[in-house]
Amino acid sequence: MNLTLGTLLPTNESPSLPAIQTATRQPVTLTVNGVKTELQLAPWTSLLDALREYMHLTGTKKGCDHGQCGACTVLVNNKRINACLTLAIMQEDTQITTIEGLSSLDQTSSSSKLHPLQRAFIDHDAFQCGYCTPGQICSAVGLLNEGHAKTADDVRELMSGNICRCGAYPGIVAAITSVMDSQPTTV
Amino acid sequence: MTQYTGRPLNRVDGVDKVTGKANYAAEFDVQGLLYGYIVNSTITKGKIRQIHTDDARRVEGIVSIFTHENRPKLAWFDLSYKDQDAPPGSPFRPLRDAQIQFNGQPIALVVAETFELARYAATLIRVDYEQETHQTDLQANRHKARKPAVGMATLFKPPPPDPRGNFEEAFRNAPVQVASEYVHGSEHHNPMELFASTVVYEKGRYKSGERYTIYDKTQGVTNSILYVSQVFNIPFKDIRVISPYVGGGFGSALRPQHQLFLAVLAARELKRSVRVTLTRQQMFTLGYRPATVQTVALGASSDGTMTAMYHDGVAVTSQFEDYTEVVTTWGGLLYPAEHVKFDQKIISLDVATPMDMRAPGGVTGVTALECAVDELAYKLGMDPLELRLRNYTERNMNNDLTYSSKELRECFRRGAERFGWAKRNPEPRSMRKEHTLVGWGMATGIWDAFHAPARAEAVLMVNGKLRVSSATADIGTGTYTIMTQIAADTLGIPMEDVLFKLGDTDLPVAPIAGGSWTAATVGSAVKAACEAVGEKLFKLARKLPNSPFAKVRFSDVLFAEKAIRLKKDPAIAIPLQTLIDANGGAAVRAISTSVPNLLKQRKYARNTHSAVFVEVEVDEDFGTVRVTRAVTSVAAGRILNPKTARSQIIGGMVWGISKALEEESVMDHQFGRIMNHSLAEYHVPVNADIHELDVIFVEEHDDIVNPLGVKGVGEIGIVGMPAAIANAVFHATGIRVRTLPITLDKLLTAATTEVSTS
Ligand code: FES
Ligand code: FES
Repeated sequence: MNLTLGTLLPTNESPSLPAIQTATRQPVTLTVNGVKTELQLAPWTSLLDALREYMHLTGTKKGCDHGQCGACTVLVNNKRINACLTLAIMQEDTQITTIEGLSSLDQTSSSSKLHPLQRAFIDHDAFQCGYCTPGQICSAVGLLNEGHAKTADDVRELMSGNICRCGAYPGIVAAITSVMDSQPTTV
Repeated sequence: MTQYTGRPLNRVDGVDKVTGKANYAAEFDVQGLLYGYIVNSTITKGKIRQIHTDDARRVEGIVSIFTHENRPKLAWFDLSYKDQDAPPGSPFRPLRDAQIQFNGQPIALVVAETFELARYAATLIRVDYEQETHQTDLQANRHKARKPAVGMATLFKPPPPDPRGNFEEAFRNAPVQVASEYVHGSEHHNPMELFASTVVYEKGRYKSGERYTIYDKTQGVTNSILYVSQVFNIPFKDIRVISPYVGGGFGSALRPQHQLFLAVLAARELKRSVRVTLTRQQMFTLGYRPATVQTVALGASSDGTMTAMYHDGVAVTSQFEDYTEVVTTWGGLLYPAEHVKFDQKIISLDVATPMDMRAPGGVTGVTALECAVDELAYKLGMDPLELRLRNYTERNMNNDLTYSSKELRECFRRGAERFGWAKRNPEPRSMRKEHTLVGWGMATGIWDAFHAPARAEAVLMVNGKLRVSSATADIGTGTYTIMTQIAADTLGIPMEDVLFKLGDTDLPVAPIAGGSWTAATVGSAVKAACEAVGEKLFKLARKLPNSPFAKVRFSDVLFAEKAIRLKKDPAIAIPLQTLIDANGGAAVRAISTSVPNLLKQRKYARNTHSAVFVEVEVDEDFGTVRVTRAVTSVAAGRILNPKTARSQIIGGMVWGISKALEEESVMDHQFGRIMNHSLAEYHVPVNADIHELDVIFVEEHDDIVNPLGVKGVGEIGIVGMPAAIANAVFHATGIRVRTLPITLDKLLTAATTEVSTS
């Protein structure tokens, strides 16, 4: 069946008024995990929705859409940001890294090529439901890049933008500090 | 071969979760998907006079708008809308009519080609209401408290037992008495994953015509399929509900939620695939832990023997369903007072129906009770731990049954030792670190060890791998992992060669995953199915020429290292692969149903227990409270995987901190609307709030609860935590805050009042 607007409208509401044109789609080029992709996006599309709904990179999660939970954390030019708080169109000239780009994982799902933080999260059982996990891990990568965290207390403070409702915080801190400790100290 | 069960193994779904490969309900890619966005009522009670959708319809890319005016005909009777966790009453039906029963009620669904368009068009819908005055305030309506209606749900949530002895007289005569009122605000589950359903509509591929594949956020695919089938009158065979990963549940996904109804409705009408996702704000229109007011009175003789106990409570429910939970009767399970009286009532208000939320009723009631016990300890001048030991019971006094196992004494001992409780100076305000007051508090926790029937299938495939399945859920609890462990052990197959599948209505049926019963319930079914495969393998082994098993019985064999072996001499073995080959190269499969042994179980009380010790630091100037360390010592039968079980207990402890100190859904009663409906305003712990949390699993043997001897650990972690924190706050400050959460304003106000009155 070919659906037109008319067939679905109740008859008492005639669409006599002109249609409302909203933001039209336009080409937007994003570089995600090293791959350049051209998408057709309305300018009001957030980076988070672009990743999830238009590129099907659903590893990046939506927990609030308001910058309040950190589930959508990705790396933009190696800095952690909330993907729900930026528009895709603003990120055309940046390098975006999502959870899918952290490991060189192939289809065989061998865990040997995991990023050290991914490995540590598994070993320390730093999650339960796993929904906050990609955001936590991307945030932790950003944290290590920043190089400000020296102690477990620093990690707690600097990871507090990522909510975990399952309450896996002790495991998250243990996982991150274990990777911190095994890294050569660069100041 | 070493056993897998009992070992702290990594999650089998770990790699999927850390790489982003785990797909949740809103993450299944479908061709030509439409997006639905829900519009919510802005009034609390009344009627929609008119709903203006014309502007929204003019937005290019809008496919349809559903309201009560154009909703298709659906099932008529309430019964069709009753899901497996429905309380007595008439379930809420989205878009049923013009009536508004609570604030934020879904009143329209906008369906568009993109999410952004649907969201935008939703803002153009205008609604004229006929408002009526509403009542949402528990305190202002306490005179309306009444007994709840009885229904199916009452089976699991029985009303309080009759009074025993003569409470009034015993209390009057008790030399030491305490009586206080405890007030808890309501709380929303707020799992991190937003509620979503993706309904894939297909036509023509199947003889029957239409087919719905539904990816739903649910703690029970069976519950979702029943609901969809009944409400929309779609035969089971045309629906499949799938839910491999659930981004947290905590009870919120026990009942089918609005988005499932609306997504199916739209897909069926439009004959297209539709996804509906709630916003975080809309998640505050779902069920919640109800606000309660409780009174606890305890009487004791001067040596600390509790003689009289009273516990009553009133909780909020909606106008259309009598939601209840077991709040006030836990004292009868923990203390052997002879004269007791329990009462429990509800008040119908113009709000959504509450829902089970992690340790429903248990954490509410035990918090009040265990705070009262602490108050009693201070009145007696007795150590709170000693008081609990003085009143230890080996029986559940409410049903007069002995516990199938109860290692609470050992929990107390080991927890106290790990925490250093013996060094505590009982005097309030006696410990300090510079400008912070330090307090130590403790409490007991208790929860049920349920067991329900379930089915599972096990298939030993031709390639020697074992596929096991049951339509249960893993909401972060570790179901995938522990079921894989159980199956691997039962048939002696390495875990890498076992694949456990769940969350799919094509699999053997299992009940909703809640109440800490999944390990026991589904675990027993998995074990039974694997054993049934084992018996078939045994029969094959006997038939082999010159079989060393020809003359032995099934009870004489065991399975280990991919072979069937003689128990007496495990070196005598036949590899499983040989047996599969003997099966004509066909897989060996069995489906089993595990049913609780009621005859055996009925004779015992079955519960998990915990002892919780907490240290808090309270800033004297600012009134801020931090839980600096906590030890929870748990007796929950056999622990299948100490790593995932520990995570569950830690999660529960974090929830306890949250309930005691942070979270509350604050309603503006003038509007009947929750004011803090976002994760910025609704406070849950962040990483910086959580410090040292320690978990001890006390050994507890139990062959009555179920064939596995497990009791479940999903709820017990939260139960004792809030009371232990509140008691520690008292020890630190000398102030009893009986209204949760204990926020700085409450502490500071109490401090000022105390100073001005002293
Ligand atoms: S979804 Fe972006 S911060 Fe919550
Ligand atoms: S693992 Fe569930 S929210 Fe963090």
